[in-house]
Amino acid sequence: MASHKQLPRTAQIRLVSSHEEVYEPCDDSFALVDALLADRTNLLEHRPKLCMEIGCGSGYVITSLALTLGQEGCVSNYIATDINPHAVKVTSETLKAHGVDAELIVTDIASGLEKRLAGLVDVMVVNPPYVPTPEDEVGAEGITSSWAGGENGRTVIDRILPAADHLLSEKGWLYMVTLTANNPSEICLQMRNKGYASKIIIQRSTEEESLHVIKFWRDFDTEVDDTADQSASGFISYLLAQIPLFSSWRGSNSNN
Amino acid sequence: MRLLTHNMLSSNIKGVTNGFPLRIEAVKVEEKTVEMNTDFLKNMFVKIDWKVLVEASRTLGYAELPEEGDSSFLESDEFLSRFHHALLELHLEEGALICPETGRRFPVTKGIPNMLLHEDEV
Repeated sequence: MASHKQLPRTAQIRLVSSHEEVYEPCDDSFALVDALLADRTNLLEHRPKLCMEIGCGSGYVITSLALTLGQEGCVSNYIATDINPHAVKVTSETLKAHGVDAELIVTDIASGLEKRLAGLVDVMVVNPPYVPTPEDEVGAEGITSSWAGGENGRTVIDRILPAADHLLSEKGWLYMVTLTANNPSEICLQMRNKGYASKIIIQRSTEEESLHVIKFWRDFDTEVDDTADQSASGFISYLLAQIPLFSSWRGSNSNN
Repeated sequence: MRLLTHNMLSSNIKGVTNGFPLRIEAVKVEEKTVEMNTDFLKNMFVKIDWKVLVEASRTLGYAELPEEGDSSFLESDEFLSRFHHALLELHLEEGALICPETGRRFPVTKGIPNMLLHEDEV
């Protein structure tokens, strides 16, 4: 029937490639894709021209994003990076199995792209290595790099956030998975200081962990660079709020 | 690797100041047809380093782009389809990207550039 609505397409697990050194789609990957589906109507209206995933692992997330947007005729370009060469290879197989395309680069976060890709990414998705671990496990070879997050699981996240801020376009959105141990509210505050509003799209508790998928977007009204600016803008808004008072005071004064 | 990606990549070696553009060493080139998105092309045109794209596409065996790019060309379907082809349909499958300053080779295997650095380059 013409009115029949198709279910959104996501990557099929049986078509997701694998390798012993690559993180398989798990609760966190599913939560991220569910968040993208939950926000699908907004994403389609957003019409992103360039989407990027940092840390693509098995390719489950970027493939699902490409399928979901592509299904509704949204023609976008996709770029995905991972520090683990096996992961990038597996992602390329997963993409191919689903008949979708992405540009793939083996690199640390977005190293090599900072200069020329700045301000061009409309949608970024990140399922970072968020598990609290000893610092020396961070960025280790193979599958360890997919989860080892250092102190509070924040070492890699805290490197990804400035890179995301740098690469996102004016209308850019970031979707990121965090764990309660990562202190998500502090992450949101940190991003707020860079001018981003945030919203929890999905909150999910499993036996081992409590996951949040947070969406960040530039909100020019909340932009505050540092405490000095904050107090300055606070002072200005205080002044603006006084204007009617001033004018009526001046008005009455001139009548005298 | 598409030439869009080549146009966005720089050498990331510590201390390198002029890491763009990476020189292309082409061993195997493929062409893959993709749907054209005119909005994307018009949007990207201003971000693309035209001379770098012209040179890169020539290295991959495609010499149909005009030497100079001008935004007035975007009204021409013929120009758009050439731009689209160079930017998104030509793929470097096997070869390398060479840092213009140090000559360091970043291998491209099965279409995937490897930009990982050695410890002494970070």
